[in-house]
Amino acid sequence: MIISTQKPFEEILESLKGENSVYIVGCGECATMTQSGGEPEVADMKARLEEAGKKVVATDVAHAACHELDMKRIFRQNKEAATAADAFLVLACGAGVQSVREGTTKHVTPGANSLFVGNVKRQMAFEEKCSLCGECVLDEYGAICPVTRCAKGILNGPCGGTNNGKCEVDSNKDCAWVLIYNQMKSEDKLASFMTIHGPKRWNAIERPGRLDARAAGEEKGAA
Amino acid sequence: MSKYREACESGRFVVSGEIGPPKGTSVDTMLHHIELLKDLVDGLNVTDNQSAVMRLGSMAVSHEIVSRGGDAIYQMTCRDRNRLALQNDLLSAHFLGLRNVLALTGDHVSVGDHKDAKEVYDFESVQLIQCIKRMNEGFDWAGNELEGGTDFYIGAVVTPESDPIEPQKLKFEKKIEAGAQFFQTQAVYDMDNFRRFMEYARGVTEGKDVKMMAGLVVLTSVGMAKYMNKFVPGVFVPDDLLEEMASVPKEEAVKKGMEICARHIRFCIDNDVCDGVHVMAIGKEEIVPEILQMAGLLK
Repeated sequence: MIISTQKPFEEILESLKGENSVYIVGCGECATMTQSGGEPEVADMKARLEEAGKKVVATDVAHAACHELDMKRIFRQNKEAATAADAFLVLACGAGVQSVREGTTKHVTPGANSLFVGNVKRQMAFEEKCSLCGECVLDEYGAICPVTRCAKGILNGPCGGTNNGKCEVDSNKDCAWVLIYNQMKSEDKLASFMTIHGPKRWNAIERPGRLDARAAGEEKGAA
Repeated sequence: MSKYREACESGRFVVSGEIGPPKGTSVDTMLHHIELLKDLVDGLNVTDNQSAVMRLGSMAVSHEIVSRGGDAIYQMTCRDRNRLALQNDLLSAHFLGLRNVLALTGDHVSVGDHKDAKEVYDFESVQLIQCIKRMNEGFDWAGNELEGGTDFYIGAVVTPESDPIEPQKLKFEKKIEAGAQFFQTQAVYDMDNFRRFMEYARGVTEGKDVKMMAGLVVLTSVGMAKYMNKFVPGVFVPDDLLEEMASVPKEEAVKKGMEICARHIRFCIDNDVCDGVHVMAIGKEEIVPEILQMAGLLK
């Protein structure tokens, strides 16, 4: 899921300077799990904004804020509030913010910082393990991603900074290459550890990414 | 052929030093160090934004060394440049007469003085080595034929005190496979352990033309030694050396560090441990000639 944290309230207030009526949008998926934009956080934000003198015209926690059609439907159903609002505050990831962008022409501002695609270790503890590089190489590294989990994204073994199996950048983090080595050793696959890997093809996905599987399917069908 | 390569291939014991370019335009001290060392050593490494701290460039200083009649080992990290910029710099370096390159991944920006910079790492050390080899064969990374290939002597680093050591050894082997022709190690102090590492390394390099240089950083105080043990990954100063450094008054600590360094050089020569040494005095290069004298390397 997308891991996000709420921005400091002062920063949110600053971004709403001059905007009196605010429509708050939360997200029922990732931002709920990360407690940056679920029902409780949206209610709390409403109270704080009102205390700061803002008028909150509506709050909505979308099923998933990144779903653009759903967002448009919500604003249609809530037309009166959406019309009355000067600004939309989105407590969700940057995808959610821009999904709101598609549903209104008014001022839209983010209430959270998007951090990474994260695995849930336990409640409110997340770790980045995939960075969406467009070309999965996990089969070559014992299913431990060096692109993401090595601070330098090294593809051919540890740097000189390995320290007691930890990373020189952050001694609380495991050196991905020690994890990879141990895993490949336990699978008796150290021979493939010796494969020299070329650099990533950074154009495996052209940014900004786009996938229209249905259009692709139709093209295939027509051919 | 570069002087450094010639020295390496001659089979005699090779000595290199190191120049750390300044942060700014005041180059007098650096030029003094270059003048002092250029004729006493076979080559001078020039660091590339060492420790991710922004400084005067490695290529410009390497060129200065060569134009003053010395030989430079141009250090190149992958942290600050993508593959276009790396190859562009390699061609530029070649144009300026540089022939030895030390390929490094490079310290992470988070340890340096521009912590909010974007680190690149489009390549890392193994891939940079491969790339230089390919350019030596007349092609760029993308496979295009160069209008004149390069002629670089390709260097790399290895960390004999890495913990754990096994994955580090495999990476060392990959660097050789990729085309590394000489190695300078991370600083070593436990010479018995280094000798054991070299026994392994000799086994790997047997039948291949790969030269191994011990990296020696001169200790200048017991505090420095303890600091390295605590904060520099892959560097280990054993207890007996800590005690030896602590056994003399503060004002004699540098002298003691020089003695230890000279002794380690002698150890490498007398026991035929490696092919040479790379002596790093980290800003105190004026003490290097005396160390070489103490080790019996100066006539």
